[in-house]
Amino acid sequence: MMHFIDRRLNPKGKSLPNRQRFMRRAQSQIRKAVKEAVNGGKITDIGHNGRITIPSKGLNEPRFKYDYNKGKHDRVLPGNKEFSAGDQIKRPPKGGEGKGGKKASEDGDGEDSFQFSLSREEFLEVFFEDLELPDLVKTSLKEEVEFEKQRAGFVRVGSPSNLDLKRTMRHSLARRIAMRRPGSDEVDELRSEILALEAKGKKTKKLKELQEKLELLESRRRFVPYIDPLDVRYKSYTKIPKPNTRAVMFCLMDVSGSMSEGMKDLAKRFFMLLHLFLSTQYERVELVFIRHTHMAKEVDEETFFYSRETGGTIVSSALEEMQKVLDDRFPLGDWNIYAAQASDGDNFASDREKCLSIMQESILPACQYFSYIEVMDEQELEIFKDEQNMTDLWRIYSQLTPEFSNFAMRRVVKSNDIFPVFQDLFSKEHAKDA
Amino acid sequence: MGQARKVQKPLYDGAEWSFEKLDTVYDAIEEIANEDLGLNVYPNQIEVITSEQMLDAYSGIGMPLMYNHWSFGKSFVQDEFYYRKGMRGLAYEIVINSSPCISYVMEENSMTMQALVVAHAAFGHNHFFKNNHLFKQWTDAEAILDYMHFAREYISKCEERHGVEAVEELLDAAHALRDNAVDHYSRPVPLSTEMTLQRLADREEHERSDYRDIWSTLPPDAEGTTDEKTKSQSQVANMVKFDLPEANLLYFFEKHSPVLQEWQREILRIVRNIAQYFYPQKQTKVMNEGCACFCHYFIMNRLYDKGLITEGSMLEFIDYHTRVVAQPEFDDPRWNGINPYALGFAMMQDIYRICHEPTDEDKTWFPDIAGCNKGIEVLKDAWANYRDESFILQFLSPKLIRDFRLFQIHDNSALPHLKVEAIHDSRGYRKVRSALAKSYTVSAMTLDIQVADVEFEGDRAITLRHMVHDDVPIDGKEAEQVMQRIAQLWGYDVGLYCEDAMSGKILATYDVTAS
Repeated sequence: MMHFIDRRLNPKGKSLPNRQRFMRRAQSQIRKAVKEAVNGGKITDIGHNGRITIPSKGLNEPRFKYDYNKGKHDRVLPGNKEFSAGDQIKRPPKGGEGKGGKKASEDGDGEDSFQFSLSREEFLEVFFEDLELPDLVKTSLKEEVEFEKQRAGFVRVGSPSNLDLKRTMRHSLARRIAMRRPGSDEVDELRSEILALEAKGKKTKKLKELQEKLELLESRRRFVPYIDPLDVRYKSYTKIPKPNTRAVMFCLMDVSGSMSEGMKDLAKRFFMLLHLFLSTQYERVELVFIRHTHMAKEVDEETFFYSRETGGTIVSSALEEMQKVLDDRFPLGDWNIYAAQASDGDNFASDREKCLSIMQESILPACQYFSYIEVMDEQELEIFKDEQNMTDLWRIYSQLTPEFSNFAMRRVVKSNDIFPVFQDLFSKEHAKDA
Repeated sequence: MGQARKVQKPLYDGAEWSFEKLDTVYDAIEEIANEDLGLNVYPNQIEVITSEQMLDAYSGIGMPLMYNHWSFGKSFVQDEFYYRKGMRGLAYEIVINSSPCISYVMEENSMTMQALVVAHAAFGHNHFFKNNHLFKQWTDAEAILDYMHFAREYISKCEERHGVEAVEELLDAAHALRDNAVDHYSRPVPLSTEMTLQRLADREEHERSDYRDIWSTLPPDAEGTTDEKTKSQSQVANMVKFDLPEANLLYFFEKHSPVLQEWQREILRIVRNIAQYFYPQKQTKVMNEGCACFCHYFIMNRLYDKGLITEGSMLEFIDYHTRVVAQPEFDDPRWNGINPYALGFAMMQDIYRICHEPTDEDKTWFPDIAGCNKGIEVLKDAWANYRDESFILQFLSPKLIRDFRLFQIHDNSALPHLKVEAIHDSRGYRKVRSALAKSYTVSAMTLDIQVADVEFEGDRAITLRHMVHDDVPIDGKEAEQVMQRIAQLWGYDVGLYCEDAMSGKILATYDVTAS
């Protein structure tokens, strides 16, 4: 009569098709909500807390419904305390007392917006929808240069260093046996026999026979060489492109007094986005934080963002430090190198030439991508709107843009500028150009 | 329930459950259900699932098999969100009105919880499903699982053949009319030609034999004045042809839409059939839960009386039970309407009390059952033959009205004040009772909307009519959205007019043109 059935091992995700259908349906709203979530300030949570709220427009399931705010209703409620029959009660605001009122307000919320969680994958997928690694094409070309050699059988031609002795000899032996090449012992034996007969000094018929035989053998040996070019085999190698799945991201930031907390915050968001983006593209992403005033230092993340420092501003010191770290720890062929620099644009005037040369000669050729963002407040933006007015660093760096397609620079003022900038820097268009 | 305690060894100890323990507990519960309660149930199938699977089950409106649609995904992501944030718990069980009766229980439940769930769902709800007249009339427990299987297969086949978008669009439209897709009365079986002719002959014979010239005192009708709305001949013909007015909108479109293809009609039919399947559940929430709660309460107490569960388990059970049947008062922040578990359970317990320990008041209010000492029999009769509305109207006692301190508020949006119409006193009991019963009627939940007219010879526009009761209007914005979808199903313009049921005045009209 009765069965217990253990369904716990049944495949999960029975609702997955429905969930996907819903996601497709809500695509445009989700896209917008994700964008807002990114701009709105909780960037640290990206991907970890995928809670988003989307307007339910287009997701509404309309029904014929009563408009409960109008008309005559009789409601029965529990918990009467002071009322007697015939009492007049002032209508509570929004009719919140009655069942209808309360329900209506709840439903009302539901009508305007709809809250749910995206999984990390779903969130990032939407987030990176129209972004692509700037140099994806280039990177893959470059990666093909880095090969790993792998044995791939044997070939008849090749360089002597790849000669496979064992296999060559095996072929030689087989051929010699097949062609009946006389062995050296056979010849030696014959020779010693002839010598013995010659020693006796008699020119017998037998000696002559033996000498003819020896001649025959030797001519055979000449005809059938010990090692023939046919026997020779070389080891073969093919080149397998070595996947390059590691990336290192350098965060460079000016932490001198002229950088306000707000500016740092903007910079931080930019770094986080870049990191998040890289971590979806590469198996491993290392982070290197270099902050600088008039001198640069590699620090940990905490110090990078939160500790205060005073001093002048020499940008080249940071670039030098980056160069040092690169040489020490990240050999060029093994790592994809990305760098993001944030600054308010101040730089010591005499540092100009040095910056330029480091960038041109060592850093930019090594990097997959170098992005510079200049953070500033609104007043500054007004000043620098004019093309003539530029910060020192902007002026230096703008000389680089025509030459290096892997270099990009932008100005950022508000937190919701970040995403467009980011998108701009890494847009698919850009990747194509590169 | 103070039966003498025959102390036996407890069936289990501690919170962990296992299939062996479940088996023994099930047998003990079944014994009580059969011998003490005399329940009549479908065979049980109890399935243990994880919380993930419970979430999955939620989204398919509780059915184990359901076709795919984005709206189920929508409710899934929402349930999941609230569940993961800890804002909402999951149900301890889901039970399906099918034969065998499938109950889902969660693996996280403790052993006591599992016992409670078995008693509640596998016996309480199961008995109700099998015996209540509405379920008997409108649902076929034997066939539902096969039908759902068919529906799922059919719709996925349609998706393959006609594209996911086309099917989705159709389902969207059908879902919008789900509330207006039930038959409230069985349709008459179509008569054969022979029977129709026989009827006509009978009618003629009746008229002939009843003819009394002297009684026809009315003057013969003057031409053209018969109908004040001057319905044209064709309209009248339509009314007859399409059996208008028709309240089952989906049925109407399925049968008469000029634009739908066969597969589309079949899908409408599927949506309609599923809506019809849930129609009895809508009308019996209070009774269904009341029945299940009464059963689990009775059974758990009997288990305890027999010594089959420990005192610890009993305390655990009481803790769950009181939480389930709690009724927050109207000014409580937790207030969210009347809890069907609370009202249902209280009424069942109250009926049992009236049968066994009636007061004088009960004797005047319920002369036929007070003191009859057959509480279980009376309850089973009620479970079989009532629905929420009639059940409350029949059995809500003054004592319960006092216990709940129920009061009735009259809210007329045209007036600045709410009026307390009745409270728990001798003048108010009947008023409160009938007002409460009325709030459980079908018409309180779904609007009174029918297909009123079809213009088959002109522009093929269809006209719907909403009968407005108590001045409660339709939500116009939503209505227009629904009408968009109707236009999709019908293929031509859709009009809706709201007519006051008392005065016949037209209060509002809406129009949607088919694109």
